[in-house]
Amino acid sequence: MGSNDFASLPYIGEAVLRKEDERFLTGAGQYTDDIQINNMVHAYFVRSPHAHAIIKSIDKRAALAAPGVVAVYDGQDVAADNVNGLPCGWLITSTNGEPMKEPPHPILCQGKARYVGDHVAMVIAETLEQARNAAELVDVDYEVLPAIADIRDAGKNGAPTIHDEAPNNHCYKWAIGEKESVDKAFEQAAHITKIDLVNNRLVPNAMEPRAAIGCYNRASDEYTLYVANQNPHVERLLLTAFVMGLPEHKVRVVAPDVGGGFGSKIYLYAEDVCVTWAAKKLNKTVKWTADRTEAFLSDAHGRDHVTHAEMAMDKDGKFLAFRVHTDANMGAYLSTFSTCIPTILYATLLAGQYTTPQIYVEVDAWFTNTAPVDAYRGAGRPEATYLLERIVSRAGWELGLSQDEIRRRNFIGEFPYQTPVALQYDTGDFHQCLNKAMELADVAGFDARRKESEAKGLLRGIGYSSYIEACGLAPSNIAGALGARAGLFECGEVRVHPTGSVTVFTGSHSHGQGHETTFAQVVAARLGIPVENVDIVHGDTGRVPFGMGTYGSRSISVGGSAIMRAIDKIEAKAKKIAAHLMEASDTDVEFANGEFTVKGTDKKVPFAQVALSAYVPHNYPLETLEPGLNETAFYDPTNFTFPAGTYICEVEINPKTGETRVDRFTAMDDFGTIINPMIVEGQVHGGLAQGIGQALMENCVYDRETAQLLTGSFMDYTMPRADDLPDFKIGHVCTPCTTNPLGTKGCGEAGAIGSPPAVINAVLDALAPLGVKDLDMPATPHRVWQAIQHAKA
Amino acid sequence: MKTELTVNGKTVSLEAEPNTLLVQALREHMGLTGTHVGCDTAQCGACTVIVDGDAIKSCNVLLAQMAGKSVTTIEGLSTADGQMHPMQQAFKDCHGLQCGFCTTGMVMSAVDLCTKHPGASEHEIRELLEGNICRCTGYQNIVRAVKQGAAQMKA
Repeated sequence: MGSNDFASLPYIGEAVLRKEDERFLTGAGQYTDDIQINNMVHAYFVRSPHAHAIIKSIDKRAALAAPGVVAVYDGQDVAADNVNGLPCGWLITSTNGEPMKEPPHPILCQGKARYVGDHVAMVIAETLEQARNAAELVDVDYEVLPAIADIRDAGKNGAPTIHDEAPNNHCYKWAIGEKESVDKAFEQAAHITKIDLVNNRLVPNAMEPRAAIGCYNRASDEYTLYVANQNPHVERLLLTAFVMGLPEHKVRVVAPDVGGGFGSKIYLYAEDVCVTWAAKKLNKTVKWTADRTEAFLSDAHGRDHVTHAEMAMDKDGKFLAFRVHTDANMGAYLSTFSTCIPTILYATLLAGQYTTPQIYVEVDAWFTNTAPVDAYRGAGRPEATYLLERIVSRAGWELGLSQDEIRRRNFIGEFPYQTPVALQYDTGDFHQCLNKAMELADVAGFDARRKESEAKGLLRGIGYSSYIEACGLAPSNIAGALGARAGLFECGEVRVHPTGSVTVFTGSHSHGQGHETTFAQVVAARLGIPVENVDIVHGDTGRVPFGMGTYGSRSISVGGSAIMRAIDKIEAKAKKIAAHLMEASDTDVEFANGEFTVKGTDKKVPFAQVALSAYVPHNYPLETLEPGLNETAFYDPTNFTFPAGTYICEVEINPKTGETRVDRFTAMDDFGTIINPMIVEGQVHGGLAQGIGQALMENCVYDRETAQLLTGSFMDYTMPRADDLPDFKIGHVCTPCTTNPLGTKGCGEAGAIGSPPAVINAVLDALAPLGVKDLDMPATPHRVWQAIQHAKA
Repeated sequence: MKTELTVNGKTVSLEAEPNTLLVQALREHMGLTGTHVGCDTAQCGACTVIVDGDAIKSCNVLLAQMAGKSVTTIEGLSTADGQMHPMQQAFKDCHGLQCGFCTTGMVMSAVDLCTKHPGASEHEIRELLEGNICRCTGYQNIVRAVKQGAAQMKA
């Protein structure tokens, strides 16, 4: 089935209300911390209060004697049991051919703590309160060392060494593109635009804090780990094969209802391993739930880039070459996918929507004494888009071209398009997106609105951002060649029951994305059955055959395609059964609208009757036709998908206070085929909130001298609230993806990718009359006010 | 110590340590896990319940303070036959939730908001919801849901 045929099926494009909502709305959802198991004990982690310190000794005696305490474990205990450290899932090779520096990441510190919140010991007691109280009694003798928080300090002479395995704190130097050609193109340039910017560090802050429950069954020697996680099979693979040396079939990982992930729950964390390991050691169920401050300290953070970039142009503003140097903060250890973010997922997106013929990107990755940094909503692509759309806007301002004109002059117009940084875009219509965005945003009325603002003593600015992203991470062989240590396929099993209802087992994981509804729409559409008759099962390695999980907006394009493949097999077999029922040749049987028909006759049987017959094979030719109707498919895509769009933001700034208000925000996206527009719009809204949050208020701050986390709670880290955001205007353009059977491109991250540069470009546009040319995120009132004062001075 | 209170219309008597928080009592002693814990500073509102007609954050009060009071949690909002409260239905109709974690607290706040300010404008709704954080929805559909819920609560 081609994507055009698919898009015309019933249910596709319909705003079906979500199947999962009733349980969430009535309190019947079951998140990891909601699970209570008899005889459960509680873990609490002793975390390093210092960013960098030698652990000289740990005295556990007082803690062990405290009421209710069952055990206290430290690094020596895990080392004695040969529990390995946490692996990194992507190997980056430096430009000099050397592999990246990959120092050990022990689950409990081995002799040294490397960030505030690093895991020094685990206290287990009968109640959480007892464990927490006893943790205070663990006496750790630290020798405090100088620490590094800011990436710009990591490579300085005399900087402390965080890992012996990584002298100078350098993890890798990686590059893409041809430097010499780029340098040569710069010599021909009529104009060069330069920019220096910081992409601010963020804390993902899913509303459900991470949690893990380790269970062990002595009779069967089997483990079960309940964990708030986005990809339970990957969690199991890393936990068993790489860390604990266990056979996978003895470990079941269940990720039940998960209260948001945004990337922060992709990874295997130390706590997950600790509770699993301790469950067997104690023969008890061990539960751990993070409090919010632990989440701030120890969830993988996002972004944190420092970049210098230059764009070379001809006299007409046509881009000739783009040259970029980025320093990327890895934090104290390499988290699961950390290394591919500033390389494969960032640098390859730096062509954006433009025909820049030559691009060279160089990335230095550094260790610092901060929490590990990894993928956060968008992962590399927001960093690329922010850089590119800032420099494109600046180029327009410098050349005196309007913000749409500088983009139009450089847009890619023909597809497929091979960029100079590895990716090949299959489809898109960037001009249409821009035109429709400008119309929806009422750009024509901007001048009048600006005058109204001025009359109130306020500044108004308009900002553009034309983003592209690579979603549905793929294909496995290319990813492997680029250093991935895992496949990037997805698995789907479709089980048709005798009465014609269907259960689908998917390796994708839903933590708010609404798979239970969208995936059911896909299946109902293809099989011509009511959507109520389809249930989706996910998040359990004990039930789902295999999976790579949900991240990178891959669920529908990769996971949905796997289900489509499984349905292809179902259809092929069902046709044989239908042929048997109608006494026809199976090559003459056709299937549409839930009915099997025989070409050229009026014979027909409905899907439900074929399903029943599959399980009542009394007169089957059983040598050639097996009973049952149950198929599994693994789908490995041939390319990424490329959602794209143009976002336009209008801000109003009070120059007396520096306060910025987003007055209007328009998002025009091309997600290819849309299955459920209600869910897609909801995803865009959420992404926009996170992107606008980054642009205006969110900021993870460490003290530059001590590497203490200064934003360790919602009191210090500003989260967007309802009155910080406007009503968004959303529109769509559709050029279906050509490399998957659904035509879908992915929508989960677009909002967070496209919005930060639109907001900052709007702020800079508003401040331009005052002479402000530059500003880093977040544009807090204080920063904006300071920029105005500097410009005045 | 022993505390007697009414939870979702039923009188209960709980024996718990004096420092037990209301949210702990609900989740751990009574198994009412629809009330969630999203932070430890009373900032996020995931644990919001209604006590004697006022929405409060249950992570921020002691069980002992609830003696003689009437507590309604998300589990007590639907009717006995399982019919969702108009505000719950409005959240479903308007896609006012995604991961569902903040949702139960958000719904409790919304019910309180609409009881006290039945004619609140969109701007007022946004201001009145500032005690609850949602990380998924961008709030737009929550605001729509509150408007619809308010209209249906009046009906």
